[in-house]
Amino acid sequence: MGEDNIREGLKDAIRKWSEAVEKKAAKAPERSPSFVNTSNITVNRLYSPLDLEGMDYLSEIGLPGEYPFTRGVQPTMYRGRYWTMRQYAGFATAEESNRRYKFLLEQGQTGLSVAFDLPTQIGYDSDHEMAIGEVGKVGVAIDSLEDMETLFSGIPLEQVSTSMTINAPAAILLAMYIAVAEKQGVSLDKLRGTIQNDILKEYSSRGTYIFPPKPSMRIITDIFAFCEEKLPQWNTISISGYHIREAGSTAVQEVAFTLANGIAYVKAAIEAGLAVDKFGPRLSFFFNAHSDFFEEAAKFRAARRLWAEIMRDRFGSTDPRSMMVRFHTQTAGCTLTLQQPKNNIVRVAFQALAAVLGGTQSLHTNSMDEALCLPSEEAVQIALRTQQVIAYETGVADTVDPLAGSYYVETLTREIYDRAKEYIRKIDEMGGAVEAIEKGYVQREIQDSAYRYQRQIEEKERVVVGVNRFQVKEERPSNLLRVDPSVREAQVHKLKKMRLSRDNAGVKVALQGLEKAARGRDNLLPLILDAVKAYATLGEICDVLRSVFGEYRAVSTLGN
Amino acid sequence: MSKTKKIRVLAAKPGLDGHDRGIKVIASALMDSGMEVIYTGLRQTPAQIVEAAIQEDVDVIALSILSGAHDYLFPKIMELLREKGVNDVLVLGGGIIPDEDIPALKECGIAEVFGPGTSTRDIITYISSRVGVKDR
Repeated sequence: MGEDNIREGLKDAIRKWSEAVEKKAAKAPERSPSFVNTSNITVNRLYSPLDLEGMDYLSEIGLPGEYPFTRGVQPTMYRGRYWTMRQYAGFATAEESNRRYKFLLEQGQTGLSVAFDLPTQIGYDSDHEMAIGEVGKVGVAIDSLEDMETLFSGIPLEQVSTSMTINAPAAILLAMYIAVAEKQGVSLDKLRGTIQNDILKEYSSRGTYIFPPKPSMRIITDIFAFCEEKLPQWNTISISGYHIREAGSTAVQEVAFTLANGIAYVKAAIEAGLAVDKFGPRLSFFFNAHSDFFEEAAKFRAARRLWAEIMRDRFGSTDPRSMMVRFHTQTAGCTLTLQQPKNNIVRVAFQALAAVLGGTQSLHTNSMDEALCLPSEEAVQIALRTQQVIAYETGVADTVDPLAGSYYVETLTREIYDRAKEYIRKIDEMGGAVEAIEKGYVQREIQDSAYRYQRQIEEKERVVVGVNRFQVKEERPSNLLRVDPSVREAQVHKLKKMRLSRDNAGVKVALQGLEKAARGRDNLLPLILDAVKAYATLGEICDVLRSVFGEYRAVSTLGN
Repeated sequence: MSKTKKIRVLAAKPGLDGHDRGIKVIASALMDSGMEVIYTGLRQTPAQIVEAAIQEDVDVIALSILSGAHDYLFPKIMELLREKGVNDVLVLGGGIIPDEDIPALKECGIAEVFGPGTSTRDIITYISSRVGVKDR
């Protein structure tokens, strides 16, 4: 029998089956007249080999570790090594956060992930007026190299990889990390880690911007150039869809807006004179793992394929490492519920499984209490154990990309790829991601999706267990982890003391040097490093840059 | 004042927190329900929020914080409102706010606190009932 006959036979069988099912469904209807996922993709009743017709296996899916990397960036994936288990942590003072890091490392965590407080992320010292009420709240307060030395005290930097969620002042925190490494006697080529350094999604989704786009892009490409030379193992950026999704986007928009931002960074770097295959391999990504299981798993696969194609075809990359989407994943904070918080453990487990089946390189699992407060030690431990159970007990890590070949998953992968590509085409037409953000297009797209999602919940078209169905009367837990307001006083006191003991003339010289460089075209990193080593504070350094670069003013996107 | 006048709401993000999904969703829902909403954008100081509330002559201020800074910023805003002699504005809070903090916030004049999972309809109903009784 030829292939055509088999195909005709299958078509015929499915047609008959569908007719029979339709008849039954007329009497006993399905749960809903139609099924759609968060990306508004219609989910069919059945997927079969017919859905994969016209799909070219080698060019669309391929083999693990090979272009277009749909099946993963390494040939052996988790058979070689599990993903990095990396819990985002940091609060109060450097001392307190240092203790939490040591706890997490003792529990078998394999990488650090530093959360900074908002004043640090926005370039204010702890004694700044804007910092009142925020010091040490959502992360650790870092004012100067002194705090950074405390933060990593007793943690050998050549043995850990460290991810830092820092964007506008990324160059400063990286410089502090380098200075700590030098003091520990660790050579820079041994340093492994990531700075988020992704300003575009700050404008569109996360909000911790300082400078306008143009000088921000310059700082970013300065970092690329500096690391290319000095920190070859460092991930110079983590192009993040996570916050775009948290702000309310769909899965398709998450892929599209992230990769559109990626395109803008690559363009900026090339325009700054860097070679795509020099900086390309150090670009990394960060995605969300939301609740629709197959949509999420497919999303990661689609993102890999689309980026590989962009790097090869648009930017002429010839190094496969530049084409690979290596990414970190965090489970979706926005899906955590205040109601019946223990249910969050289950949500996180499924989301984490989707990330693993999607081929993530590292993973943060949210703690069950994060809709209430900062995670307690017990909650963090359960979250980490969730990853360990997936890795060591479920067997899903024993073969590469186990969902491949599922008619549904492959169809979804292609659908997400197509729709994200269409968005990128629209953004290209607007002149790229920077322009699309400055016009408010990206923000509006995201907020429309967020509003639609909320309406679906309120109309009960979308069930959130414990929130709009299966509610119970419950006591709210007490004894939540809180940051003592005295943290600010302690931090301000420490800062004052440090300012008195440092060589203030040296600080002044370093800051003047930085200002001159900021007005010119030299790479800013060596000058920021000088300033940091002289114990200039984060706020002082940012003030110099603010005076030269100005500050970003957000566009209004609400209303008509 | 005419009864047909629309309820005016200032939706505000005090402090450095960048989480604006919630406040934007609520702002959209309030607008759809017929209210007029002015959204301040991110990083507003208490003084800026109070100034905007006076300038815009609003009936309601809806504050959102997810960073934990509500314990300082909410009372500060209430203090400035009182200093300016504004005491007929309904002030609401929302975000990640532990239950145990709510009594102190109400004590200083925050009328109600809406946490995660709140339906926008409940907020609309609440505002309509509270601003309605003022016999506008």
